[in-house]
Amino acid sequence: MDETEVRRTPSVIDRYFTRWYKTDLKGKPCEDHCILQHSNRICVITLAESHPLLQNGKAIESINYQISAGCSRLQNKVSGKSKRGGQFLTELAPLCRIKNSDGEEYTVYSCVRGRLLEVNEDILTRPNLLLEKPSAEGYIAVLLPKFEESKSITDTLLTRAEYEDILLKRSAVKVDQ
Amino acid sequence: MLPLKDKDRPIAVALLGAGCCPRCILRFCCVSLQSAYRQPHEDILFELQRFIHEKVADESHGATEEVPADSPPCKKVRLEAEQGGEVHEGGEDISVVEGKSKICVVCLGVLQDFCDKDFAKKVAEAVTSEKYEFDSLVLSVSLPAQLSVREHSAWLLIKTEVRQKGLCLGKDDVIQVKEAFKWILQSLLSQQLGVPVVSKSPLEVSVGFTHPETDGDCHFLAAACSGCFKPAKNKLSVFTRMAVAKALERISEESFRRKFTCPPWLPATKCTVQEVQCLHAPVFVAGRYNKFSRTLPQTPWVIDGERRMESSVEELITSPLIASFQAEGFNFSSSGREDVDVRTLGNGRPFAVELLNPRRARFSPAEVRKIQEAINKSSDKIRVRDLQIVTRDAVGHMKEGEEEKTKSYSALIWTHKAIEEQDLEFINDIKDLGIAQKTPLRVLHRRPLAVRQRVIHTMATRFRDDHHFYLQLRTQAGTYIKEFVHGDFGRTKPSLGDLMKTETDILELDVESVDVDWPPAVTDPESGENPDLPASPQHGGTPDC
Repeated sequence: MDETEVRRTPSVIDRYFTRWYKTDLKGKPCEDHCILQHSNRICVITLAESHPLLQNGKAIESINYQISAGCSRLQNKVSGKSKRGGQFLTELAPLCRIKNSDGEEYTVYSCVRGRLLEVNEDILTRPNLLLEKPSAEGYIAVLLPKFEESKSITDTLLTRAEYEDILLKRSAVKVDQ
Repeated sequence: MLPLKDKDRPIAVALLGAGCCPRCILRFCCVSLQSAYRQPHEDILFELQRFIHEKVADESHGATEEVPADSPPCKKVRLEAEQGGEVHEGGEDISVVEGKSKICVVCLGVLQDFCDKDFAKKVAEAVTSEKYEFDSLVLSVSLPAQLSVREHSAWLLIKTEVRQKGLCLGKDDVIQVKEAFKWILQSLLSQQLGVPVVSKSPLEVSVGFTHPETDGDCHFLAAACSGCFKPAKNKLSVFTRMAVAKALERISEESFRRKFTCPPWLPATKCTVQEVQCLHAPVFVAGRYNKFSRTLPQTPWVIDGERRMESSVEELITSPLIASFQAEGFNFSSSGREDVDVRTLGNGRPFAVELLNPRRARFSPAEVRKIQEAINKSSDKIRVRDLQIVTRDAVGHMKEGEEEKTKSYSALIWTHKAIEEQDLEFINDIKDLGIAQKTPLRVLHRRPLAVRQRVIHTMATRFRDDHHFYLQLRTQAGTYIKEFVHGDFGRTKPSLGDLMKTETDILELDVESVDVDWPPAVTDPESGENPDLPASPQHGGTPDC
């Protein structure tokens, strides 16, 4: 029944996006993020497949875009071509906090400087999207970097190859232990 | 004989004394007989002198003696006038000869030195050197803004004079410098070029004058009427003709007279003429194009100043057009656009090209057909049909249809899950499916974020293999097909993947038809088809059976 195909053609992400990574955010082990940058400079922030939320098989308990008493990412609104009114985020601005069924809370960060265009509200009603399709329907947020910074924002990010390298080293350490 | 009346005499005397040229005097006397202005400068001056001295002679002979209006000029008066500086009527100095050699204080020489055959010849040469194909032209004249200030000053001068004599004259009755200048130059230019100079023509010839010496004449108005002079982009100076005219309407006679000389001060130089500018109205050419390549963008694709693809639909179509029309530039527009990897098949996509400042503008249908053939021979990546010259207004039809009409597509779909033919059947039964599309990520950088409701009217499938099928769609214009298929991170709902409960992706996309019935079909002029028959069934009016 489940005759899925290993694709011979590049996927939507392969065709239009470059994958960038940031590992161990804020020094917390394995809290890795993946940033999908479109050729038009738009960035989609997602959880990397190595993120603990996707690794330990626990259900998602809650997702909260209210990052402080006075600031909710759900209130973000942009208008017009120039996206006026969107919150401008720096690399370490929190996007949301996600709790799993063990009560462990993880913060997802913006990773790049840019204007917040939208957050994914679908994962509030269907948290499983986050687990099932973390780099598609389970994305966290969409950001638009400044035009003049669209090249430099990725300077501090890791390429796919560098990320895979880190994953290899991590598994080597685990085997050693 | 100048059509002057007795009431004009004090005006003529005052203006001649103030340093006005003879043609400006005719203007202020409201002479609307064009031929009067076309006489040589010296002849008008001579007639004016005679007119002034007629009266003077009359009075010297006593009021009882009648002099017929058409009597020949008195030789004695003429001689007196030529000697100049004669004193008449109790010390009123009429320095008639001075006005001949000096630069006019009002028109700054425009109606003196630029109203002869030599100047017309210069303008004509400038037009001819541009090699336009034309059978008429319109002359446009641009004068320095300070001319209005000087005109106003002269007007105030005679207004006082006129009032004292109990006569009344409105400023609007005065003939404008520009008008008088055109009356003279238009006929001279027409003789030089052998075409009529009219008020409406596709070819506009502009003659512009500047006068740096008197540029400062306007400056006092800025302090007096600051509200009229707002700096704006694309303006070299705040002292535009419009702003100066507005300020002159507002300023009181007293403050004008306090800040500016009345009559205007005597300039040392005459106006400078700027380069003659020629501009032909744009020509619009429309047609429909097919695009057969998946590596050809619609318009040149440039990222960070670097070209991404070799050519474009726009360039392939416009290059032969620009060469034929010898245009200076162009604007390309079309009814929607397709991505670089999308083909446009079927009847093609309507487009229009605005050709700017064309040297050649008239082409027969056969010649237009030749251009179409040249476009089609230049590349096998595109094909153009129904190429025709249209009006500017007609181009609007192309954009009107853009949002309301339907479009038909054909796509090659990949499915993650293996499929069988019967898995596709339910898709064929879907009618008028409403979908909600957030602005696709691929265009979000340049379009507002919004959710758009679109309708997919019908779909038809054709099975290819266990992971591929062809999908025909007929949709409301403005539907993003690629996003409907792959879902765009769940931002189009529902997507084809949602409907089929598997991941789907689009591998190829073709536009099968753009249902905008403009431009009309063109029949081959050599094929013998009757061009009077309706070009396409859309115009028939009776519904299809």
